[in-house]
Amino acid sequence: MVKLSVNNRNIEAKSGDTILSVLKRNGIKVPTLCHLEGLFPSGACRMCVVEVEGLPGLVPSCAYPVQDGMRIQTHSPRAVRARKTIVELLLADHPDDCLYCVRNGDCDLQNLAEELGVRQRRYAGKKSMHQIDSSSPSLIRDPAKCILCGKCVRVCEEIQGVSAIDFIGRGSRARVGPAFDEGLNVSSCINCGQCVTVCPTGALREQSALKDVIDALNDPGKFVVVQHAPSVSVTLGEEFGIKPGTDMIGAMTTALRRLGFDRVFDTSFSADLTIMEEGSELVKRIREGGPLPLLTSCSPGWIKFVEQFYPELIGHVSSCKSPQQMLGAIAKSYFAEREGIDPARMYSVSIMPCTAKKFEAERPELSSGGLADVDAVLTTREAARLIRMRGLDLNSLPPEPADTPFGERSSAGKLFGVSGGVMEAAARSAHYLLTGEEMADPVIKSLRGLDGIKEATITIGGLELGLAVASGLANARKLLDQIRAGRKDLHFMEVMTCPGGCIAGGGQPVSSDPNAIRARMKSLYAIDTGAANRVSHRNKQIQKIYEEFLGEPLGERSHKLLHTRYVTRDVMI
Amino acid sequence: MNPSVQTILDKYVGEGRDSLIPLLQEVQDREGYLSRDALKLIGRHLNLPASKIYGVATFYNQFRFEAVGRYHIQVCRGTACHVKGSAKVLETLTRELKIRPGQTTRDGLFSIEVVACIGACGLAPVIAVNGEFHAGVTPEKIKEILRTYRKQGAEAIHG
Repeated sequence: MVKLSVNNRNIEAKSGDTILSVLKRNGIKVPTLCHLEGLFPSGACRMCVVEVEGLPGLVPSCAYPVQDGMRIQTHSPRAVRARKTIVELLLADHPDDCLYCVRNGDCDLQNLAEELGVRQRRYAGKKSMHQIDSSSPSLIRDPAKCILCGKCVRVCEEIQGVSAIDFIGRGSRARVGPAFDEGLNVSSCINCGQCVTVCPTGALREQSALKDVIDALNDPGKFVVVQHAPSVSVTLGEEFGIKPGTDMIGAMTTALRRLGFDRVFDTSFSADLTIMEEGSELVKRIREGGPLPLLTSCSPGWIKFVEQFYPELIGHVSSCKSPQQMLGAIAKSYFAEREGIDPARMYSVSIMPCTAKKFEAERPELSSGGLADVDAVLTTREAARLIRMRGLDLNSLPPEPADTPFGERSSAGKLFGVSGGVMEAAARSAHYLLTGEEMADPVIKSLRGLDGIKEATITIGGLELGLAVASGLANARKLLDQIRAGRKDLHFMEVMTCPGGCIAGGGQPVSSDPNAIRARMKSLYAIDTGAANRVSHRNKQIQKIYEEFLGEPLGERSHKLLHTRYVTRDVMI
Repeated sequence: MNPSVQTILDKYVGEGRDSLIPLLQEVQDREGYLSRDALKLIGRHLNLPASKIYGVATFYNQFRFEAVGRYHIQVCRGTACHVKGSAKVLETLTRELKIRPGQTTRDGLFSIEVVACIGACGLAPVIAVNGEFHAGVTPEKIKEILRTYRKQGAEAIHG
């Protein structure tokens, strides 16, 4: 235990703590730009400098350990002046186009300039010239807005284990980009968008599909359907100032209908469908001897990751399309046929917590008869923009139910939004498929929570199944390397690209608050606890679509509409 | 597979990321530049992502990513040359050849490299073309020098 004084207040701390973590714990705010919770400090931005009595210079609180007897001033004139100067210097080489920027009002640099009272352009100089990289189907890089904090580089390397981007060049020519300064589209980028959620400015953003969607909504010749991913209803509210984790499903459905969508569907329905197919695939592989472990296929960033880094494991990946693509495929076949709509006239939109879904929707394998399963993908953030654009406020809309037939869901489908959820949902249905009985307790506790790697062994009808769950692809790497090295006790492995699952996806409201992620997770668990139907195979509409249209899981029609294949990719890794 | 890069890598068996710079230097010495292929092989050998290797390599002026031209022009930007106007010399070269330092003209004839000091301060501002020094160059002289090499190059190619 060490004792120190901060702003003339006595505070106790553990030795080994950084000054910043102690300040945070005691509710004292110093601004940061490059700090990332849980990762090794880089000390790049110097925003968090504080004055420590007896030390000659200001110290970066994020990287400086506390010492006994330390006397710290967090907002001394010198510290505040230093911070302000840093912001002024950053602004001197920043395009002054906040009004046109997607992060206007939600930008760390803008907020700091306001907080520190920057009212003048004190430093004038030549601005750096950069090209915007819009080559990726998911992301846009605008290096002119980059302040070189390096968060995107660290997330890509340390959390995702991808390292698609790094610093290039030196000094005033330094910039962030992929190898050989090429476009993201030919790099090893997996489109996950974690870089977007940590970017303090508008230097990284999603490739927006808003214009396409608005055009479709305004086209009387188009029948526009929309689906929303399981996690979106518990995150969208944050964009409207609602407490993190609040389930806004009813108001969101109303908003989408008022925007002019002809049908509002729930991707949790097709998550149930995925469980029917993937659960059957698991049972088949167990009975027929592999290849095991079966790897989940819902998360498109993860799929590209396997294709690039572990091509020899592609055979392990489930052939199931993701829920997004499944819903798209049955909307343009089963639903179109039932309603007598020409599928070529149908425009299928999805609202996803994800930027990689934009890439997925463009995969040529994921279409039938020349028609893409999904035509446009909006992130949660874009959906909020669309709703605001129409003057709608989620706070004041009455709730409405989703449309049939793809509006009914089990809470197992809803769990797809959180790490471990696909596994739980699959275990519930696999249990039924193998034994004809329901699981006594549908919750597998050790697969819940935000840990990066979770494992469990369950027994179904005398059969012992090894289950593993990873989120954040650096964690997936660890398990894959074990499998590559010969680990044999796993039957099923769920991987979600983003740490914690879709609730923390690259398309979600930008939030630096880890408590928000936790609240989103708890909300999905609460929905499951209170649900009337907690298993995918008891979803009435699922049973109906198999009776009327698909036949049986893994049957001929399923195979054609609901399953896909993967490719190996030769990119610079 | 690139055999000449592979022979270099074979000398670095079991080495980690701290061998990156010596490896890059050796490969560039052998090949004249760092090709995409070479970077890929080095990355696989040291278990480093290509973006990281490119980041390190672009931090230093000595590495290039395009093959050098038939005539490789080194422009001295040392103190003496700077005082004597080497900035103008470099500007003329980049404008005339339409390439930046580190690049090679499309016809493969010329490439430019900026060097800190080539130890010929008495001749400032100085450039070296394939090791041959040209002293006291001015924008006008540069144009003339380029003309000479272009002619030489054309003769060499068309006989």
